[in-house]
Amino acid sequence: MIKAILIFNNHGKPRLIRFYQYFAEDMQQQIIRETFHLVSKRDDNVCNFLEGGSLIGGSDYKLIYRHYATLYFVFCVDSSESELGILDLIQVFVETLDKCFENVCELDLIFHMDKVHYILQEVVMGGMVLETNMNEIVAQVEVQNRMEKSELCNQN
Amino acid sequence: MALKIVKGSIDRMFDKNLQDLVRGIRNHKEDEAKYISTCIDEIKQELKQDNIAVKANAVCKLTYLQMLGYDVSWAAFNIVEVMSSSKFTYKRIGYLAASQCFHENTDVIMLTTNQIRKDLSSPNQYDTGVALTGLSCFVTPDLARDLANDIMTLMSHTKPYIRKKAVLIMYKVFLKYPESLRPAFPRLKEKLEDPDPGVQSAAVNVICELARRNPKNYLSLAPLFFKLMTSSTNNWVLIKIIKLFGALTPLEPRLGKKLIEPLTNLIHSTSAMSLLYECVNTVIAGQYSCSVGHIKSHLLCVQKLRILIEDSDQNLKYLGLLAMSKILKTHPKSVQSHKDLILQCLDDKDESIRLRALDLLYGMVSKKNLMEIVKKLMIHVDKAEGTTYRDELLTKIIDICSQSNYQYITNFEWYISILVELTRLEGTRHGHLIASQMLDVAIRVKAIRVFAVAQMATLLDNAHLLTGNMQRNGICEVLYAAAWICGEFSEHLENPVQTLEAMLRPKVATLPGHIQAVYVQNAAKLFATILKNQEGNTDSTAAQETSQMMIDRLPLFVQSANLEVQERASCILQLVKYIQKLQQKDVEVAEEVSALFAGELNPVAPKAQKKVPVPEGLDLDAWINEPPSESESEDEQPKAIFTKEEPKHSRPRHTEVDEKELARRREARKQEQANNPFYIKASPSSQKVYQEAPGVEHIPVVQIDLSVPLKVPGLPMSDQYVKLEEERRQKERAEKKKKEKKKRKEKRSGRGKKHDSGPESEEDITPAHVVDIVTEEMPEVGMHLSDDVAQEDQNHLPVRVKICICMFCLCRPLADSEKLPVRSHRAAGAPKSSAEDGEAENATPQEPKKKSSKEKRDKKKDKERDRKVRLRCWKHFPPSGHKSDSRSTQSEGRTVVTFLVFPLPRKVCDIQGNLQDGSQVVVSVIFENKSDSFLKSMEFNVLDSLNSKLQRPEGSGPHDGLTVPFQLPPGVSNEARFVFTVQSIVMPQKLKGTLTFIVKNEDSSTHEKLDFKLHFTCTSYLITTPCYSDAFAKLLESGDLKSSSVRLEGVNMPFHHLLARICFHHHFSVVERIDSCASMYSRSIQGHHVCLLVKTSGQTVSIDAKCDEPTLLGNVLDEIKQTFSQC
Repeated sequence: MIKAILIFNNHGKPRLIRFYQYFAEDMQQQIIRETFHLVSKRDDNVCNFLEGGSLIGGSDYKLIYRHYATLYFVFCVDSSESELGILDLIQVFVETLDKCFENVCELDLIFHMDKVHYILQEVVMGGMVLETNMNEIVAQVEVQNRMEKSELCNQN
Repeated sequence: MALKIVKGSIDRMFDKNLQDLVRGIRNHKEDEAKYISTCIDEIKQELKQDNIAVKANAVCKLTYLQMLGYDVSWAAFNIVEVMSSSKFTYKRIGYLAASQCFHENTDVIMLTTNQIRKDLSSPNQYDTGVALTGLSCFVTPDLARDLANDIMTLMSHTKPYIRKKAVLIMYKVFLKYPESLRPAFPRLKEKLEDPDPGVQSAAVNVICELARRNPKNYLSLAPLFFKLMTSSTNNWVLIKIIKLFGALTPLEPRLGKKLIEPLTNLIHSTSAMSLLYECVNTVIAGQYSCSVGHIKSHLLCVQKLRILIEDSDQNLKYLGLLAMSKILKTHPKSVQSHKDLILQCLDDKDESIRLRALDLLYGMVSKKNLMEIVKKLMIHVDKAEGTTYRDELLTKIIDICSQSNYQYITNFEWYISILVELTRLEGTRHGHLIASQMLDVAIRVKAIRVFAVAQMATLLDNAHLLTGNMQRNGICEVLYAAAWICGEFSEHLENPVQTLEAMLRPKVATLPGHIQAVYVQNAAKLFATILKNQEGNTDSTAAQETSQMMIDRLPLFVQSANLEVQERASCILQLVKYIQKLQQKDVEVAEEVSALFAGELNPVAPKAQKKVPVPEGLDLDAWINEPPSESESEDEQPKAIFTKEEPKHSRPRHTEVDEKELARRREARKQEQANNPFYIKASPSSQKVYQEAPGVEHIPVVQIDLSVPLKVPGLPMSDQYVKLEEERRQKERAEKKKKEKKKRKEKRSGRGKKHDSGPESEEDITPAHVVDIVTEEMPEVGMHLSDDVAQEDQNHLPVRVKICICMFCLCRPLADSEKLPVRSHRAAGAPKSSAEDGEAENATPQEPKKKSSKEKRDKKKDKERDRKVRLRCWKHFPPSGHKSDSRSTQSEGRTVVTFLVFPLPRKVCDIQGNLQDGSQVVVSVIFENKSDSFLKSMEFNVLDSLNSKLQRPEGSGPHDGLTVPFQLPPGVSNEARFVFTVQSIVMPQKLKGTLTFIVKNEDSSTHEKLDFKLHFTCTSYLITTPCYSDAFAKLLESGDLKSSSVRLEGVNMPFHHLLARICFHHHFSVVERIDSCASMYSRSIQGHHVCLLVKTSGQTVSIDAKCDEPTLLGNVLDEIKQTFSQC
């Protein structure tokens, strides 16, 4: 199970947070801060796994992260997920973002947090991996975006 | 209306959308909080408008603010409004907001049930999808219960997009509402073979998660997964399946063997590292259970892991080390051969990798390589940057050396020098750890004392080097050990006077108090030894000089601010002054002075106290003083609350007070022990004593990094021991050739023998010193025993029993999932009937239960024992799935005879889908063939009553029997389900039925018949339903309920047992319990509320009950009464 997905930038500003287990808002912020603290002090050429300890869920949980330019993508997962598999998944997710936003950059995530959520919803659902095929994800996202557009057109 | 819309859209033009909000926040970096609070005010205004577009926009902005840490739960209702918009665009916004901020305690969630149900059945698959996604994040037990059916239907949706989401969300539903697992499981299993790979993957995902929680129930799926594994090409699915097998193999060794081949193939063929890694992991897990490891596959794993570790990708390196540590547990030898590689990883720049490598080293050491490994680690200690990692190294070195009672240390001189070298670490926090090791070794290894004392004397002499800034440096803790060792074993000192001088230097006064105290005390011991040495000499001046030195130096300590130091110092000062007086009179005092510290210290086993017999006539449990009288407290309490049983409770209360006192004393004693160097624990755990010592933790540690390690002059370098050890071993080897092997064994310590698992060459290494080890008594006998028993149990339990066990955990799926599938929804339960010994000729109808006399009669008739058919049936349990049902299932599982004796058979019923149809009851019947003959053409028929009817296929007459869809070979049992329609549930009823079948022997076949009865109690129509106390109170206030009550006399059981019994047998749940009074609730399948107020006093239990259906209530109460009359 994936317990949380966090995206924040090099300064620890959250760009997307998705907890699959309930935490109150202040706890969420604390988790983001601590995770940022752990992740940001690591070099780029070290491994992408971190034993998160007491952060979320205890020893069974790991932080698996990737660092792209200005953004950190952090997945907090338990031992039922394959470490390398999740790394691939992060890659798939980022590539999907890249396709949907055309050359995604941090600004896209800043101004379209809702859209990023909709894309993520097609990848992970309730903490479980839903789809790993990028084309399928993109197709579903596009259909839904078209629906949205047509609805808004009809209204105006 | 039109105007309103126009107005709405004009408003909208001035509204900020999400982008504007984000931009605004970015432009107000200085006063962000202020800006956001004005935004929130705007949002609140927007939410008040009727225009759904405006509302949705506001909710969207709230979702953003939630991410920034603002609590937006106040808008929960508006979120629900947006969720229920008919437009996909807004619905999606609403569900997103809900999934971000709803949780179990959000009260508006209960308003969403119908909306979600509507969305789930929407013709637009994306409406459904968005509802499923949202629901997956905020599903509550109530939602799960109410929507389980809808979601189950969606699992067979035509669109794979919906199917895969429905399958995934089922896991969440199972978690919140475990009862749904049983009915949904067959369909879930079906989805494993779904044509769409996404759906298949989702099903695998869900089952893997389920199996992680309770692997043994899913063993039966192993063949199916095996097939999938060999056929699937989707790496995601393969990884999940292989991980699942990793969890299953420890439970089923044969599986491990079977997996080796396909896994090996995958390892060879796959190019995906993730898959390869999981395969290796599972092979390792499989070997854990296989006693005969598959050497080839094992080597392959180790070899592949080596490749991973050597890879330049840090991730692979990390995972390789992680997997290695798993192999280490079972095959330490094969890991040891890669020592070079792992040591290399210690140099890695990545701390995660270095720590993993350190973990591995712990398990890799042997007598042979310990010195070498520690030498490497010592080099790393010197190189390490940052105190955290260096401290980690230090503790690891000590852990590695001291593990299992210093098993791997052959030369303790070497170890002492390692410890002394470690003291050179500036700024470490682990001074006390080193100190405790020094003490432990010096006390337990007698042969090492001379050496240790010499080393410690040097340490004391050079104390100034160790402690740059004494008060703040954790390392000065070692001086505590040094001083104590020098004092206690002072007879071994070469130059005691010099050491004494070192211990009384003025600078000592800057050490922490507890260390000074030890200095003073041990200076006295040293003094005693010196006197003894010097008195033999003709020249008495030397002795007098020593006394003078003591008298000169001690006053410094007498002035100490530390009480302990001050007290000891002044005591000893007076003593020395007195001695000096005697010396001046030429009186010999040495004998008496050393008598102060006479006696040898011996280690004591941790459990030694138990071996001391309790003296005769001493009753440890007896009160020494009369306990405070209980009457006082009792009189003060109202009698209604304190009943006869109460005194039992009051006694623990007294002991509680005592326990507090005890704890306090224990604490005091612990502290005393910690500060008392004479108190030593036998095991290495004595280090704990020092950790607990007050003061140690409170010393603030300043971390000083000195680039040049300090060398204490005169201390031997541990390295030389490596050489010496080599030489010693060589010599020994040469000697050994001459000697008989027997002698070797005698040399070795008792404990060492236990760990002979090492390679032969390792056994040859004899320790240079023997550790004085007190083994804990009763080694592992107890453990072995229980292990054996457990294993035997597993091996010998008949299969049938196993199935029963699986059934206990109704909230988990069945081991054999075909056994209890559920076709339709809600089966309301009907009971089992008795099982019967059907006799061919007589075919006597068995009047089960209660009528034990008749039963006896029947038994007599039962001559043809061999032709018995057993019929067991039960009702499935209702959605509550209390643990209680387990027991009832168990009773079902008993033999016929037990059954008949059981006066009121308990039913377990499975009520599914009763929301739609509160009148259906499913009865599951197990047919078990106990005869030696083959049974076929079974027909099950029940005589319908007005109220209850067996559901028969369309077109059949009302008296036709139903064909049981299977045949029974001898000794086989199988289960069939029958659906009954029940009109009224207010009355219990019994249905008579007949089972006809053909018994086929080799030469003949006969037609036979078996009668039975089904007993539908009113209880079986109740479903355990949780109820909150406020809802309960409302229900009672409403006044719609009729009341009734019952009194039970002579109930002799604790109140909680009583409650448990009611919950268990009658499907109630406790709403609230206060002392000896509890309120309970249950609901019938047709929605009647049943409320109980149970009170107990003495042996009388009174139950006041309320229900909207008086007849039902009366019957339920009767049944409760009956339950208690039987106990």
